[in-house]
Amino acid sequence: MRRRLGAAISAGWWRCLSVFGLSQKRWRSLPRTTRRAVKGLVWTGIGLLLVAFLGVWEWSALVIAAIVLVLVVPSWNRLVVSGHRIGQWIPTIAILVLAVTYPFYASSTTGVSTGLPQLPVFGTFPLMSTMVNMGIFTMMALGLNFVVGYAGLLDLGYVAFYAMGSYMAGWLASSQFSQVNVRFGGIGVIQGLTGIHISIWLVLLLAGMVTALVGIVIGLPTLRLRGDYLAIVTLGFGEILPQIARNGDSLGGFNLTNGTGGISPIDPPGFGSWLHRHFDLPANFGALGTTFDRTYFWTILVLVLLTIFCSARLRDSRLGRAWIAIREDEIAAAAMGVPLMRTKTWAYATGAFFGGVAGAFYASYNGSSNPDEFYFQISVFILVMVILGGMGSIPGVIFGACFLTYLNSEGLNNIGAWLNGHFGPGGSDFEIWHKPLDVPQYNFGIYGVILVVVMLFRPEGLIPSSRRAAEFHEGVREESLYDVEHGAPISDATEAV
Amino acid sequence: MTAAPLLETQKLRKEFGGLVAVDDVDFTVPEGAIVSLIGPNGAGKTTFFNMLTGVYKPTDGSIVFDGEDMTGKPPHAYTHRGIGRTFQNIRLFQNMTALENVLVGMHTRLHSHLLGALLRTPGVRREERDARARARELLEFCGLRGKDGVIGRNLSYGDQRRLEVARALATQPKLLLLDEPTAGMNPQETAEFTGIVARLRGEQKLSVLLIEHDMKVVMGVSDAITVLDYGEKIAEGTPAEIQSNQRVIEAYLGSAAVTT
Repeated sequence: MRRRLGAAISAGWWRCLSVFGLSQKRWRSLPRTTRRAVKGLVWTGIGLLLVAFLGVWEWSALVIAAIVLVLVVPSWNRLVVSGHRIGQWIPTIAILVLAVTYPFYASSTTGVSTGLPQLPVFGTFPLMSTMVNMGIFTMMALGLNFVVGYAGLLDLGYVAFYAMGSYMAGWLASSQFSQVNVRFGGIGVIQGLTGIHISIWLVLLLAGMVTALVGIVIGLPTLRLRGDYLAIVTLGFGEILPQIARNGDSLGGFNLTNGTGGISPIDPPGFGSWLHRHFDLPANFGALGTTFDRTYFWTILVLVLLTIFCSARLRDSRLGRAWIAIREDEIAAAAMGVPLMRTKTWAYATGAFFGGVAGAFYASYNGSSNPDEFYFQISVFILVMVILGGMGSIPGVIFGACFLTYLNSEGLNNIGAWLNGHFGPGGSDFEIWHKPLDVPQYNFGIYGVILVVVMLFRPEGLIPSSRRAAEFHEGVREESLYDVEHGAPISDATEAV
Repeated sequence: MTAAPLLETQKLRKEFGGLVAVDDVDFTVPEGAIVSLIGPNGAGKTTFFNMLTGVYKPTDGSIVFDGEDMTGKPPHAYTHRGIGRTFQNIRLFQNMTALENVLVGMHTRLHSHLLGALLRTPGVRREERDARARARELLEFCGLRGKDGVIGRNLSYGDQRRLEVARALATQPKLLLLDEPTAGMNPQETAEFTGIVARLRGEQKLSVLLIEHDMKVVMGVSDAITVLDYGEKIAEGTPAEIQSNQRVIEAYLGSAAVTT
């Protein structure tokens, strides 16, 4: 069906163009760059028109369009300078620069910078707090990608690692255990405060390592199972750990997690006064006033970059090959000398590590670890990010995580505001419904629809890894066995799951 | 028996519920020999194979390989010890390139681990480079020159079979287990393949255990043949002995055909 639809659109497109005297043949004969430039101009033109009519126009939209064109039109990956193929890095570096400088051009002390245009329907650019959340979820999605994307193990309980990391920060950087008094580089700790206060940087590492250990402990019994059974057991663990957190205020009289109240406040990160004096690094993230979000944002950006680095390095290593081999064919992998248990446990532990670090960072950012944040939905949410973006594909997973986190934190709100503003009560266009529509209320329904649509039309994910793309497009299984009209379709979408 | 055999099973037995798939089989592969395992369909050959590679745990009996008792160990331990195998129904890593398939086969002979891979230390880099070079050699040896970058599923059927052998060889086996390697090959490909098996023994000093239905291949390359029927070993000997063995003929043609 997908293929037929694509062919129909393509045919209609060329018929339209032939009206203007441009045939497919003449188009093909144009140089590659020209074709790309024309396509790029048309698309950015459409984008600008949408901004003008459905968003709020600002002249800076032209600058954004220019940046997009410069990045998209030239074949950067063919650029070779003195033997080094530096060209392929240019789009990546550009995106990184745009991300790093985001706080300067996109945010002001009151929220979002007014100099930027408003996107069509989606409204304003993301707030800094949303950007921090995007970073945190990107890190978790990349962590889950080790398990689901590389090793092909369906993990429905990833939230357990997130919770574990969060509580590690709660235990090691707050006044939770007032019986003891340990200090090691904790930031913003008032004189006389009891409890364990270890520097958040150390806590991040410790949280990662302990969570990885928990991953191994959970993994050893469960990873013997396959497929559906593994999914169910991980689902169980994903419920057990948050339940322990919720009810752990009196474990034999010992208050481990402070129950439903959660642990608060948790120390903020910071570099301490010495580094502040000598290198002008912020001494205490919690005492930065209105710009504290951007410092967190840069920090999580560094953490995400580290995660990407580890993802890429491990994927191309002996271990990564073993993971992919297990995903492809477990029995063959074992027969080729890949120790199944150990290799799967490594995937699990690596995934857990990053989940733990992200959890600890989140706790420190929020200043609390609260059991209400660790619901099953979070596990599914992160899994959907991985699937939507493209399992095993680093850019895909990043995109999926950013997009869904954005929708969840403010995108749906913005869309709702736009819809209500235009079609709601007293709407500027015409009034279709007479009570304001609460779009964020339908969030999981909307994610479900997005997922179904993506699985139907692009089962390999939005930005698939080359391997997954091959899986879906080159093989003999590409065509449906039966035509849609003639019988039950066995489409490739069913094989995606 | 001159030297200690490379592989020896004693009273190896596998039951699936009430079904005895392999019934107390004593079996040996001498060092450097090509031994074939034949029998009618459902005779328990592949089950036997799967026990020799750790995929199935034997119900009873023992497997001694290269002087070590391997009974009940996991598959990767067998591979590490030096048993490489191919599969009856091709089990390549379909979405990995030919080169990557072979590299996975080298898993147990490489040593880089998590930290080394993350830091990409000079040692790890060297190891990876050498591994790739060796993988290319193996591909070439198996007649897959220039197909390093082709994804497994896009190889032709014969090439897939050859890649399976290359991948098994990458584990640096002392004993290579081939499960119906020429199934589905045309006569010319079969002849080429027989050549490869002979070369394996000659150049790489490998022992080979072969399950095969093509009697021309079996009789052509084997030093010894073992015949299974209903899980039992009914005969063993040289090709000439097997060809004239009464029980073997009965098993293949049915006892009625022989007596009448």
